[in-house]
Amino acid sequence: MTTEHPSARAADHEASANPGIAPGIHASLDTSARPGTSASPGIVPGTNTAAAANPRAAAWLSVVPGLGQFYNHRWIKGSILLLLALLFAIAMTAPLINGIWGLITLGDNPETDDSRTLLVQGILSAIVIVILAIAYGLNIKDAHRDAVRRREGFAIPSVRKAFHDSWEHGFPYFIVVPTFLLLTMIVIFPLLFMVLLAFTNYNLYNSPPAHLLDWVGFDNFIALFTESIWSRSLLAVMAWTVVWTLVATSLQIALAFFLAMIVNDSRVRFKRFIRTVFILPWAVPSFMTVLVFAAMFNDTFGTINRDILSVFNVSVPWLTDPTWARIAIILVQVWLGFPYVFTLVTGVLQSISKDWYEAADVDGGTRLAKFRYITMPHVLFATAPLLIMQYAYNFNNFNIIYLFNKGGPPVPGQSSGATDIMISWVYGLTFDQNNYKMAAAISIIMGLVVAFFAFYQFRRSRSFREEGMY
Amino acid sequence: MKRSLKSNRKSNLEVAGIYLIVLVMFVVILYPLLWAVGISLNPGTSMFSAKLIPDNWSTDNYNWLFNDPRSDYKLWYKNTLIVASFNALASVFMVGLTAFVFSRYHFVGRKNTIYATLLMQVFPVLMGMVAIYLLLNLVGLLDTFTGLVIFYTVGGLPMNIFLVKGYMDTIPRDLDESAKMDGAGHLRILTRILLPLIAPILAVVALFTFMAPFMDFLTPRIILRSPEKYTVALGLFSFINDKMGNNFTRFAAGTILIALPISTVFLFLQRYLISGLAEGGTKG
Repeated sequence: MTTEHPSARAADHEASANPGIAPGIHASLDTSARPGTSASPGIVPGTNTAAAANPRAAAWLSVVPGLGQFYNHRWIKGSILLLLALLFAIAMTAPLINGIWGLITLGDNPETDDSRTLLVQGILSAIVIVILAIAYGLNIKDAHRDAVRRREGFAIPSVRKAFHDSWEHGFPYFIVVPTFLLLTMIVIFPLLFMVLLAFTNYNLYNSPPAHLLDWVGFDNFIALFTESIWSRSLLAVMAWTVVWTLVATSLQIALAFFLAMIVNDSRVRFKRFIRTVFILPWAVPSFMTVLVFAAMFNDTFGTINRDILSVFNVSVPWLTDPTWARIAIILVQVWLGFPYVFTLVTGVLQSISKDWYEAADVDGGTRLAKFRYITMPHVLFATAPLLIMQYAYNFNNFNIIYLFNKGGPPVPGQSSGATDIMISWVYGLTFDQNNYKMAAAISIIMGLVVAFFAFYQFRRSRSFREEGMY
Repeated sequence: MKRSLKSNRKSNLEVAGIYLIVLVMFVVILYPLLWAVGISLNPGTSMFSAKLIPDNWSTDNYNWLFNDPRSDYKLWYKNTLIVASFNALASVFMVGLTAFVFSRYHFVGRKNTIYATLLMQVFPVLMGMVAIYLLLNLVGLLDTFTGLVIFYTVGGLPMNIFLVKGYMDTIPRDLDESAKMDGAGHLRILTRILLPLIAPILAVVALFTFMAPFMDFLTPRIILRSPEKYTVALGLFSFINDKMGNNFTRFAAGTILIALPISTVFLFLQRYLISGLAEGGTKG
């Protein structure tokens, strides 16, 4: 299948592991002195250039991309690299330098420079520079590796074969590299942009194109923790975000678990029908149901106060009282969120082998024991990562908060409403108040919290501990 | 004999209890949904005067959406179908390939790329909306379907990759190992051996990515500018968010027409959803 010989591969590793072994003059001696390699079938006898190949020289030559490949007699590959390098040098140098200049200064003439555009171009330039640097490094490594292999006596593969080999061995990279380039643009670039915004003075009163932005260091973070309107809001929002995430998600998981268990009972009939109805809240677009709920919970006109609670002669201020608003919004989320978990748990319950329960019956296990020692571990084991994702989802569940009550009711002395979670607060700051700098600073704090917990949890979860298996 | 009678009665009582709980859940689930239907059949525009069973119900709102010359509803629906189809196609293609590589190949940097992808899925894309706007503006993709589809597809990649990778991990590697022995190439193994086996989870991904544009009004609100390019969610949202008028009954009628096909597909794919998610979750 491949021309690679085990011993040659070992030698290759050795050479790259200690580069000191292959300095100029020793190279030829080194090859001939190695007993295993001369006998290996990968060798093409009589290639006199092979003995002279010097990896270090090849690597140094490819400081100008392509020359190292010429040295290795790979003319076509070398020409392509040289051409690419020249094109990039001619076309990209000026824009890249401009980009970095823009990133550092954020513009110096308010008439012509738009700091936001400069910021975007600056980040893109930085990303391009990193990518080019990686490509450049790979080019040097490639020349070095080819020279090593030549020294070991391998023939230079034909162009056709080289293409075939790189597809054969480099297949994962053909897929992963483009995917990651796209992810860099759509996911990482916006994150970088936001991180940088947090260190500028970008808000409603100082916004491009009329004004230039400036770097202000950690001022926004200092304001966030010292100015009372910000620190109070931050504390309140953080506390409610945590309560909201834990309570709403746990309730929806508990309800889903319970319902999945009872519907899965062998004595229950019309299972399909019941499950179909139970999935409905998931299947109906949530932006409609949340708005309908908002109408239903309306203090004066809503059906809950008007038609249901009026029977008991009570009227609850669902949308105007902070506590009731929070209760209402949690109830709505449980309604919206339980079908997904219900579907998951149902799937797992159906896959648990009957043998477990029969064995438990033989041993006289009670129903509680069966639940505790068979059902629970199975379900949690199987769904843990997705349940964790549910917590992360609710932590960032912008739609329901925004649509239900726009984060209201407002709280005096705070820039946030009573039901505002981090993400809806950030949204309000960004799009309603145009206070970009504070929104960005808060986003960073939020991002760090989420990333920390997610990373910690995923590491603990099964799929990572078993990674070694594959 | 007596004992079995007793346990029988107990069992019946339990089953009755279960049905009672199920019945209560039915009411809780269906009540708001019936309200949505009720609101859409009310003749006025306000949701506050609306009744569950309207006194003089009418299909005016539905008529308006389809027949009134001022209504762009059919256009919005068409736009959304275009965006949704391309999103589903592109997602299934990219997710399938990437998950295949993550699940089946050893390569330098594999673990780090997997960690990076995992971390990416926990950052809400909403946080970067301003940057997305500026970026699309820079490359001239603002106010285009292409921009929207790229955003949806790539933004959803991390989550979907893990769904499919988890599912693929449960499929024994012996299958593709033996195909490899027989000289099958990378793509051949994927399309001939694995594809039929991972079809259920790819169906789930296709469904999720197809549905997303129908449900999301935030992204199009930022990316799309001209009303003739609106997706249906954004267009409907403008009914209740416009300064011109707050037409909740019309909004309800429009959303019900989205909800119907989506829930139908959802319920048909129920079996796939249950097995696909459960399998994917095991290793995800």
